[in-house]
Amino acid sequence: MTALLEVSGVSVSFDGFRAINNLSLTIAEPELRAVIGPNGAGKTTFMDIITGKTRPDSGRILWGEKSVSLIGMSESAIARIGIGRKFQRPTVFQTQTVRDNLAMALKGRRGPREVLFHRATADEAARINAISAEIGLADSLPRIAGELSHGQKQWLEIGMLLAQDPRLLLVDEPAAGMTPAERAHTTDILRRAARTRAVIVVEHDMDFVRRLDCRVTVLHEGAVLAEGSLDHVTRNRDVIDVYLGR
Amino acid sequence: MLRALIFALAALTWLPAAAGAGPLQTLLQDHRAGIEAPSRRSVEAVLDALVASALPGVPLFLERWQDKGVALHAADGLFYYATPAGDGYALADIDSDAPAGTAPRGAITELRPNGGVRREIAGALVAFQLSAPEIGRRRAAVDAIARSTSADHLEPLRASIADEPDPGLRATKARLADLLAARFGATTAERVAAIEALGDDLSVDVRAVLNQILATTAGVAAKLPPEANIARQWRPGTADLPAEAAYARLVAAGLAPPVVGRDQIRAALAAHVAQGRVGGFAVAALNSDAARFAAYAALAETGAVAPTLTPEAQAAAVAAHVFFDEYREADAEVTDAARAALGAIEARVGAYQMADLALDALSLASIYFLAAIGLAITFGVMGVINMAHGEFIMMGAYTGYVVQRIVPDYTVSILLALPLAFAVTFAAGVAMERLVIRHLYHRPLETLLATFGLSIGLQQLAKTIFGTQARPLTSPAWLDGAWVLNDVVAISHIRIAIFVLALVFLGLILFILKRTRLGLEVRAVTQNPGMAGSLGINPDRINMLTFGLGSGIAGIAGVAIGLYAKVTSEMGADYIVQSFMTVVVGGVGNVWGTLAGAAMIGFVQKLIEWLNPSNTLAAQTYMILFIILFIQIRPKGIVALRGRAAGD
Amino acid sequence: MRRSLVATHPSVLWFLLALALVTLGVTGLAEAGLISTSFVKTLGKTLCLALVAVAMDVVWGYCGILSLGHLAFFGIGGYAIGMWLMYVRTEEIVAVSLAAEALPPTPQEIRDAIGTQIFGVVGSSDFPWIWSFADRAWLQFPMIVIVPGLLALVFGWLAFRSRVTGVYLSILTQAMTLALSLHLFQNDSGLRGNNGLSGLQNIPGLDGIGQDRISIWFFWASAAALAAGYVFFAWIVSGRMGSVIRAIRDDEARVRFLGYHVESYKLFVFTVTAMVAGLAGALYFPQAGIINPAEVAPIASVYLAVWVAIGGRGRLYGAVIGAVFVSLLSSWFTGGGAPSVSLGVYTIHWTEWWLVLLGLSFVAVTLFAPKGIGGLFDRIAPRPVADRQGDYGPDAGAWRREEGEP
Repeated sequence: MTALLEVSGVSVSFDGFRAINNLSLTIAEPELRAVIGPNGAGKTTFMDIITGKTRPDSGRILWGEKSVSLIGMSESAIARIGIGRKFQRPTVFQTQTVRDNLAMALKGRRGPREVLFHRATADEAARINAISAEIGLADSLPRIAGELSHGQKQWLEIGMLLAQDPRLLLVDEPAAGMTPAERAHTTDILRRAARTRAVIVVEHDMDFVRRLDCRVTVLHEGAVLAEGSLDHVTRNRDVIDVYLGR
Repeated sequence: MLRALIFALAALTWLPAAAGAGPLQTLLQDHRAGIEAPSRRSVEAVLDALVASALPGVPLFLERWQDKGVALHAADGLFYYATPAGDGYALADIDSDAPAGTAPRGAITELRPNGGVRREIAGALVAFQLSAPEIGRRRAAVDAIARSTSADHLEPLRASIADEPDPGLRATKARLADLLAARFGATTAERVAAIEALGDDLSVDVRAVLNQILATTAGVAAKLPPEANIARQWRPGTADLPAEAAYARLVAAGLAPPVVGRDQIRAALAAHVAQGRVGGFAVAALNSDAARFAAYAALAETGAVAPTLTPEAQAAAVAAHVFFDEYREADAEVTDAARAALGAIEARVGAYQMADLALDALSLASIYFLAAIGLAITFGVMGVINMAHGEFIMMGAYTGYVVQRIVPDYTVSILLALPLAFAVTFAAGVAMERLVIRHLYHRPLETLLATFGLSIGLQQLAKTIFGTQARPLTSPAWLDGAWVLNDVVAISHIRIAIFVLALVFLGLILFILKRTRLGLEVRAVTQNPGMAGSLGINPDRINMLTFGLGSGIAGIAGVAIGLYAKVTSEMGADYIVQSFMTVVVGGVGNVWGTLAGAAMIGFVQKLIEWLNPSNTLAAQTYMILFIILFIQIRPKGIVALRGRAAGD
Repeated sequence: MRRSLVATHPSVLWFLLALALVTLGVTGLAEAGLISTSFVKTLGKTLCLALVAVAMDVVWGYCGILSLGHLAFFGIGGYAIGMWLMYVRTEEIVAVSLAAEALPPTPQEIRDAIGTQIFGVVGSSDFPWIWSFADRAWLQFPMIVIVPGLLALVFGWLAFRSRVTGVYLSILTQAMTLALSLHLFQNDSGLRGNNGLSGLQNIPGLDGIGQDRISIWFFWASAAALAAGYVFFAWIVSGRMGSVIRAIRDDEARVRFLGYHVESYKLFVFTVTAMVAGLAGALYFPQAGIINPAEVAPIASVYLAVWVAIGGRGRLYGAVIGAVFVSLLSSWFTGGGAPSVSLGVYTIHWTEWWLVLLGLSFVAVTLFAPKGIGGLFDRIAPRPVADRQGDYGPDAGAWRREEGEP
């Protein structure tokens, strides 16, 4: 196992409020990691920093075998080197078809010229079919994404993430608003994805995390409070204090 | 008849002084020879005696004498004031200026003092006026001297300073004496002293005098003339004096033959065309300067035209001469002192001009602030883009115009117009919010377009109602005029009033937003309408009132802007982009930001105008480019609030 | 496999068909003498406006950038062609007058005479540097697209890289337009200040041919340009490119996280549409005969947005309908074609009230018919729009996501 993403000593503050405080974290490839923490622990900011939306005040973020620094890279460049992100709310392009949504996400050249002269290939169609089958939307490809139910949109977004074929998936609360059956399906998809890539799941729901059966990192006040298996961290004194709000 | 008889008798008996003659006549008779045939030298004694006599009639006599209005009657040998009347003259008594009959042309001898004598008389006259008992006359005399600067006035002016009772007039006299002494003083030391005394005066006439002393003439000679007071020597062939200009100076001074230019070559060639050929060249081939030059040279060899000068010869001629500027004033010490004094004055004038520019910028900033503050509320606080904001400004201005048509007293009408303009635009704003904007919250681009539609309609409506020509909005008399600090710095009252109005509004808006219940509710509604609603605040009402407030302020700004500029249907459009820029540059959602934005835009615009004074259009162009670049550097504006950016 | 453009977008075929019919019909009527030369010119100009409206629709309706500067690019194209037309035309006149002189003119004399002729009205006779290429068509013609393109590129690069979006971007583009028109209003801008360029209807080398013929040629050229522009933009907004730019309109942050460099795409769309606008301007102004800075004023670009909104944005034919409908109606009203309405106490003269009507109808369209006239076509062939979400339009920066919650 080699480190794919190495976050060390990262801090960021907004108008004096320290959202992330000297945070360090390492993810290997492949690995499935759950990040949990109470509200305001800095989970979303942590994702923002990795994906380039927020620039940290200090610290290092190194990526891949060549240890490329991600700080200062644009969001799109970070996405292109292989970091995919799924937002808390499903953000799919509501006025376009499921197929178009997936096609846009498919790994490929992203420059305006390539996109303008792009022609759909059989290979791409096959990939779209495979992914849509995996997310259970095979029959919905020609539908407008806006018509889908909330859970279907969540899946479509996960499908778009898979279509990007990233080396690291950042998944923010994938199970929110899903039925138990849909949750189980989502767990399967994530675990399957984690066989070949690194997956970080941010989640509130302990049951869902338990089902993921992976290493857990607990964030609190912008720093790592505890790390280990779920059973290990739930026995941790500090974690109990934080969650019980003492 | 009787009088004529008496005169005749008097003439016969020839008494040295007629029995009925007054003291002045007597005095004049004493100096008769000097008055009849005065010379510059002899007249001094006469004038001294007249001045010493302190008779009340002396100034009038001097005035008339100077104007050739005094005559000697041959019959009685008395002096009279004579004015041509019909064939002869009407006479008046010297002492009393009372009519004293007429005289035929041959009976009297007019006194015609020559120019030198008249100047002496004028000097004496000025001395009289300068020490006249009435301050009005003394002032008039000083003003007259200041207008017609002449060397002769210096001495009488100086003489009158010590006895001047009024301290203000005494200072004026002293300064005028310095001004005159700087130009006409007798010795170098005197002039230098006068110039140095003027060194701390900023007024235009001081600068004019110094510039006069420093006036130069362009000179060219084979060698630098040793006696000349050289201001500057030029090096020909540099940017200051290009070689062509140097040669042109030589030509003008008659030191070199003129160059045969393109036009002359063409004219000469055209004049010598014969059978389609000129100078051995076919006419059709003469379509380049080189060919024409060759043809002209050939023509010159035959002697038909003057030869051209080769560039080398031109260069040699230029090199053989020195080019310089020479002071008209020969005294180098004086010019040095004047240069030093002018330098010092100009440095101070520059400083004051900066201050004046800053005041100008401040008043421009006040106008931008007034125009933008309403927008800062509707756009900055509510997030509503109102492109018809400029038309609210226009509506306010037209309200002021209509009020002035009804109420003729300007003070009353302005005081009425301000609240009325607020009421009109408040109502318009509320109507607009209820009818249009309410349905478009959270759809900013559509709000922008819909309000644009309203703006187009309102503009055309104003044009239909009030016509296309500009309507005046006259300010009351007490707002006319300017507050003059010195000859450089002056600021008109109207600009001060606008500045004060801007300050009042800044205070008022801050007070409303920060200290009142309405302000609290406005802030609550803008931050979280749902939460505010559940707390019992009616967001609809708050939005309506806020929008009305912003629009109403635009109306008042319209009155203020109308006073300072003309009222037209397009005046709103002139301010809308700048107003948005002010809000965006300052920082959206913050009154202080708007203030900072208005200040920055006002000052930068004035600065650009100062750098490029000829062209206000260019200044506006550069201003907008500056703003576009500024937003690159600070997308959130000068006063950035958390979260909100130009990109949000 | 990707299907052909016409198969995926049947409206393109219909549009081309309609355009061809109109072109042939107008030609026939003009040949028969049933419509005047000036009306043919009006129609030709309208087609050019339709082309710039299509460009505007792409940049606004599809990419979500409400540019209030595209008619400025249109004007720049007009100035670019106008400089060449005016130079060459003046050269012809000057050549005739100089031929009467005793000596044949030198090149410098010709140039000076042209300069005096063109810039006499602004008290100058020197050629500003921007006229460097005006004497050679092969150098000046590319300027029709290069100058607007370059301006759009520089401005867009500055604006997009600092992530200015939404209304702020609109106001910024309006400021750019204002700066440009103020610049052109100056006498020392080198483009004859508020006199503008005139006499553009005289095409050099076509002296023997009447305006009736030239107007038809320009009409054809305008129709061809509109057809080509329509197909070109239909091609751009279809396929993957169209997907991406519509996605940028709806949620540009999400597109960034998919790995697309959003700024490049916006810049591409902004620049390409600006170039097409320049081309449309180059066809428009020879038909108008004159161009002056008022054509570039900010309000003109607002009208462009009005046309597109009334026609229905987000569909190319909507933009064409809007531009044709509003500009023809406008010339009918302002040209005194509409009869005055007497209300007893007051008579409505449409030349005065047309703008009021336009402004109000614009508000009405925004409020009650956001889909514009083009929305009527949805009744014939319903577009697959998710009713569940409603059509929130391309309001970048709006609370679309919140509103879109079921």
